[in-house]
Amino acid sequence: MYAFSFHRPTTVRQAVNLLAKHEDAKLLAGGHSLIPVMKLRLASPPVLIDLSRVEGLSAVELKGRSIVIGAMVRHADVARSKEVREHLPALAEVPGAIGDPHVRHAGTIGGSIANNDPNADYPAACLGLGATIVTSKRKIAADDFFTGMFSTALEPDEIITKVSFPIAKKAAYQKFKHPASGFALVGVFVSKRASDIRVAVTGAGANGVFRVKAFEEALAKRFAPKSLDGLSVKPDGLNDDIHASAEYRAHLVGVLARRAVADAIKR
Amino acid sequence: MSATGIGAAVRRKEDQRFITGKGQYTDDISRPGETRALFVRSPHAHAKIKKIDTAAAQKMPGVVAVLTGEQLAADKIGHLICGWMIHSKDGSPMKMAPHPAIASGKVCYVGDPVALVVAETLAQAKDAAEKVAVDYEPLAAVVDPAKAKAGAQIHEVAPGNTIYEWHLGDAKAVDAAFRSARHVTKLDIVNNRLVPNAMEPRVAIGEYDAGNDSLTLWNTSQNPHVARLVISAFIGMAPEHKLRVIAPDVGGGFGSKIFIYPEEVACLWASKRTGRPVKWTSDRSEAFLADAHGRDHLTHAEMAFGPDGKILALRAKTIANLGAYMSTFSSSVPTYLYATLLSGQYDIAHIYCEVDAVYTNTVPVDAYRGAGRPEATFVVERLIEVGAREQGMDPAELRRKNFVKSFPHQTPVIMTYDAGDYNASLKKAMEIADVKGFAKRRRDAARNGKLRGLGYSTYIEACGIAPSQAVGSLGAGVGLWESAEVRVNPTGSVEILTGCHAHGQGHETTFAQVVADRLGIPIENISVVHGDTDKVQFGMGTYGSRSGAVGISAIVKALDKVEAKAKKVAAHMLEAAERDIVFKDGKFTVAGTDKAAAWGDVALNAYIAHKFSGQELEPGLKEGAFYDPTNFTFPAGCHICEVDVDQETGETRIVNWTAVDDFGTVINPMIVEGQVHGGIAQGVGQALLEGAVYDKDGQLVSGSFMDYAMPRAENFPPFNVGTTVTKCPSNPLGIKGCGEAGAIAAPAAVINAITDAIGSEEVTMPATAQTVWRALQKANRLRPAAE
Repeated sequence: MYAFSFHRPTTVRQAVNLLAKHEDAKLLAGGHSLIPVMKLRLASPPVLIDLSRVEGLSAVELKGRSIVIGAMVRHADVARSKEVREHLPALAEVPGAIGDPHVRHAGTIGGSIANNDPNADYPAACLGLGATIVTSKRKIAADDFFTGMFSTALEPDEIITKVSFPIAKKAAYQKFKHPASGFALVGVFVSKRASDIRVAVTGAGANGVFRVKAFEEALAKRFAPKSLDGLSVKPDGLNDDIHASAEYRAHLVGVLARRAVADAIKR
Repeated sequence: MSATGIGAAVRRKEDQRFITGKGQYTDDISRPGETRALFVRSPHAHAKIKKIDTAAAQKMPGVVAVLTGEQLAADKIGHLICGWMIHSKDGSPMKMAPHPAIASGKVCYVGDPVALVVAETLAQAKDAAEKVAVDYEPLAAVVDPAKAKAGAQIHEVAPGNTIYEWHLGDAKAVDAAFRSARHVTKLDIVNNRLVPNAMEPRVAIGEYDAGNDSLTLWNTSQNPHVARLVISAFIGMAPEHKLRVIAPDVGGGFGSKIFIYPEEVACLWASKRTGRPVKWTSDRSEAFLADAHGRDHLTHAEMAFGPDGKILALRAKTIANLGAYMSTFSSSVPTYLYATLLSGQYDIAHIYCEVDAVYTNTVPVDAYRGAGRPEATFVVERLIEVGAREQGMDPAELRRKNFVKSFPHQTPVIMTYDAGDYNASLKKAMEIADVKGFAKRRRDAARNGKLRGLGYSTYIEACGIAPSQAVGSLGAGVGLWESAEVRVNPTGSVEILTGCHAHGQGHETTFAQVVADRLGIPIENISVVHGDTDKVQFGMGTYGSRSGAVGISAIVKALDKVEAKAKKVAAHMLEAAERDIVFKDGKFTVAGTDKAAAWGDVALNAYIAHKFSGQELEPGLKEGAFYDPTNFTFPAGCHICEVDVDQETGETRIVNWTAVDDFGTVINPMIVEGQVHGGIAQGVGQALLEGAVYDKDGQLVSGSFMDYAMPRAENFPPFNVGTTVTKCPSNPLGIKGCGEAGAIAAPAAVINAITDAIGSEEVTMPATAQTVWRALQKANRLRPAAE
């Protein structure tokens, strides 16, 4: 690790000002992606802005027909949140499947989606539920937020403050874990609200999380696993590495989507 | 059996310090004036070093020295060696390439050390290391062992990158047997390359004492005396009596800490040059590139069967990838530790094995838990399982038909099996695993969309390495006896000094149990001393499950001498003839009388020497022994693995595991069961999860726990563990050894189960979900559409 300066603001405003002032600053929101690469000297941000003391980012609330989660809420706290488990249990499963207990007690939802790792779980939940990402500046629909591998619509001086998830009657997440890292080799989040059926896939796309329109259209006719029979995604543009070929990932997308629908129906 | 004697499940004495964080590992040791070392390692698999410029690094804050291979050579520090000579078929000796501790002139694998930075702190060493400018001229890399012979030549001494072309057995007799076969089973087998990943990474501290012109090395070693011998006699660092090697608590080895490594040599040398203690601690990423890897065989194997299913012959042709340099015992692993076990538990008249060992631009490969025997077992147990399927026979029945049933049994590949009952372990395992109920379980699983399979592995291994004359005749550079000293204190407490080394095995408990059982004293009154060449007499260390069979046998031999001496003392105390003294339950009595002396009184009398003339009988009570085994030991058993394969994803879940092992006499069943559990976990790791992957340029792309999957608790069901016992006839307590059995047995059991489940033999290790899915896809395509 190289030397860096460390700031610990207590308000969003302070954090935004620091971010605006220090061009190469990085936000610390759990640190489970950032700190390891810093330790390996693969990243060397000169300034770290720790968000752990910022007020107002740590609540999980039921607001009308939405679950609103503060950006600094840790994975473990979402997984065991009474509100989430009662009203949107599929969402509680997502952080429960991340990493190991150490990771789940340090990593945060804001940190995860701002990083937009192509194998991360939360992006699938956000896109799969049609969440709204609330920032220090504006509200961004999940469909517009994830713009590519490790990239988002966030501007350089913009900080995520909360994520609002509309409650879906039927929803489920199916994850095929990479046996080494625990990341999603492929993860599929499906949801059904009155007007909106979503199938979001993480782990498979070379550009990160994406929706599968063909699956959504088939499920719109009838929300059942059978509706997806014979449907698949094309391997083109999917990740292909030492762990899984694009072809296998494409196959898993179909399998996991059918399983997620089956789970969602059982709820 | 007493509460703490042989056979008792005594809780491990050493765990008090291990599980309360009080262990003293090498990294816990800090020496006054200590500096930190960091190795600059090659980013290229194969390259010429055109120039190394250390000037900028030398000027960095806190830097004490920046050292290179040229300086190492100028100081006449010798090369690392491989200590087991193997000759090729044509009689030529193996081609051992020079292996300097720090590369000079060229680098041969990613991770090859090219410079050593010594600084006041680790952070300063890291900063300075970035300023070491190395000018490389990359060369073509040799990565695939199958193509090594045609690849760019890595070492001048080894044309075609060939280290040796060795063979064992009678090729003509085998060919004749194959010609008469009714059925021949043929398999191409990849035994995947593994990264050992002991929990404690390697550490070395070198300290030069200018006052005495002596050196001390603290290191994470499984065999400190051998390290001292090699570093002194072959590397020439210091005379043997001026070099002390201390291997304190060591957190796992699995073979990877047997070897003498570049970093240990370099830290000693750097300490001598700088006059400061020099400490190097590997981090996990570095360990992937700096610790010897395991396995990595490519094998074509064939088994010939007669009309009744009798195995007529076996032949195998193996390419063994030894990596960029020959590690300390690398040559022996794919030869005498491998081909000698190709008879398995079976009576096979003719066996022939050819092994080509090759250099590649990869991390050196050496012994890893099981060392050669897992590779052999995988070949034999896959062949017999597939042979049974191809001939429409029950795999258990085919095994039974071919088991060795009378002992001693001479195999055609050197080994003489001394005792065993292979049918007994198979029978017991089949009962525990409820093989009878398998068909129903398979139908039930199918209803849930799962393909259930069952696989056997009736393995044998050779432990207790080994009779010194025998291994000497096979090329070993050392004898493989073991030493012990039993020091009885005046108060009757006992210290055992052993040449073995514990790094997780629980010696402090099991060795004490043996002594407690013999002397009738509480195990609290016994301590075990090991791992320090200044404290303990020369010993050969711990690997190959030898500490029980060889190390304890040395202790027993020393105890015999102690008891004989103590009887003499007791005879004087009790004023009786020595031949009338009986020693039992910690008490000396005079036969036929009520005269008695307690153990403690005899010990005290041995030291105060008031009751006998010191001229007639030497005072004191301390005896040593060197035990040289007369044969290998042959643990064997049967593991049965039952799996569910997810038809849609190819994911394998182990649903039942049965292990019935014959380890001979068991000192501590709890510790033995723990060894079995750990061994199975590592074997399953190889079968399902682990695999070192290099890209075509020789970069290790599975170089971290993000990419290299280690087994976890969630990968296993509870194990059903049982034992059968035939005592080993060649050592005093009848011990065979248990440390590697699980890792040897498991891979074949898993792959036999998966291939049974999916009905295709095309599953390579690690059998990841994708691998199994592909095999399923292919099998489904090949199956007639009507099915």
